[in-house]
Amino acid sequence: MPIIQPIASEGEQHPDVALVERVRGGDVSAYDTLVRKYERQIFRIALHITQNREDAEDVMQDAFLKAYQKLDQFQGNSKFYTWLVRIAVNESLMRLRKRRTGKMVSIDEDMETEEGSVPRDLADWAPNPEQNYNQSELAEILRKTVQGLPPGFRVVFALRDVEGLSTEETAETLGLSIPAVKSRLLRARLQLRERLSRYFHKKTGPADMALGEMRADK
Amino acid sequence: MTCTEFLAHLDELIDNDTLTAETRAELEQHLHKCGHCEVVYDTTRKTIEIYRSHELYDLPDALRDRLHAAIMSRCKSRCKNGC
Repeated sequence: MPIIQPIASEGEQHPDVALVERVRGGDVSAYDTLVRKYERQIFRIALHITQNREDAEDVMQDAFLKAYQKLDQFQGNSKFYTWLVRIAVNESLMRLRKRRTGKMVSIDEDMETEEGSVPRDLADWAPNPEQNYNQSELAEILRKTVQGLPPGFRVVFALRDVEGLSTEETAETLGLSIPAVKSRLLRARLQLRERLSRYFHKKTGPADMALGEMRADK
Repeated sequence: MTCTEFLAHLDELIDNDTLTAETRAELEQHLHKCGHCEVVYDTTRKTIEIYRSHELYDLPDALRDRLHAAIMSRCKSRCKNGC
């Protein structure tokens, strides 16, 4: 289960601020603490975006090294973690671009798709549907399903729903407006739901499997 | 309230975001009488819950230690060259 960082209340200093100050003062061991604190999350985010373990390992190393080198540019008006995530997201998109040579990859890609914006599969799921699969089958289904999302939706879903960033933090991290984050999140969630429905339906007759499209005038 | 209007508020309802009492009541009323939206609402919540509770991309301890050591060694060597 991902660790969701508590957000420091106004006026209260986030513990990372002191660590960042120590690193700036030449204390490398303080950076060791920061790396240890966030390496799992950065690896997960990188793998969510690149969908390639080797790339995720490289992204994780490069992101932490880049953050270390650029620490003087860190303003402190955002949290260190969201600043670090921003670096990792950019590195991940760069790797994805390299893998898909010649094909542009950005968080604006594939935004035109209408898939999932209107739910089509309206059959209910079995209670606790994940219990119909063993752990590795379920992990494969979840991975395959999230892999099918366009990168621009996948990254918003990963930051917002898996890593637990707020809408505002996600917007800041990705350089998107809040309405853009909200619209991508809704469509990511609906696309995932739609695709998972194939596996998680109640095992009933075929008549129940296709209830038709939702009516806008209902 | 139509299904399209309901969908426009789906995320706010799921995330328990700032919804006025009036809008929340309308959404709940729609849910009560629309089986399709009830399915979409329940299964979307379940989708999020499944992804949150299953660690898809774990970093095994051995790999974590190796990457951690590599990161710190690269940072330290950068430091020697003037940090």
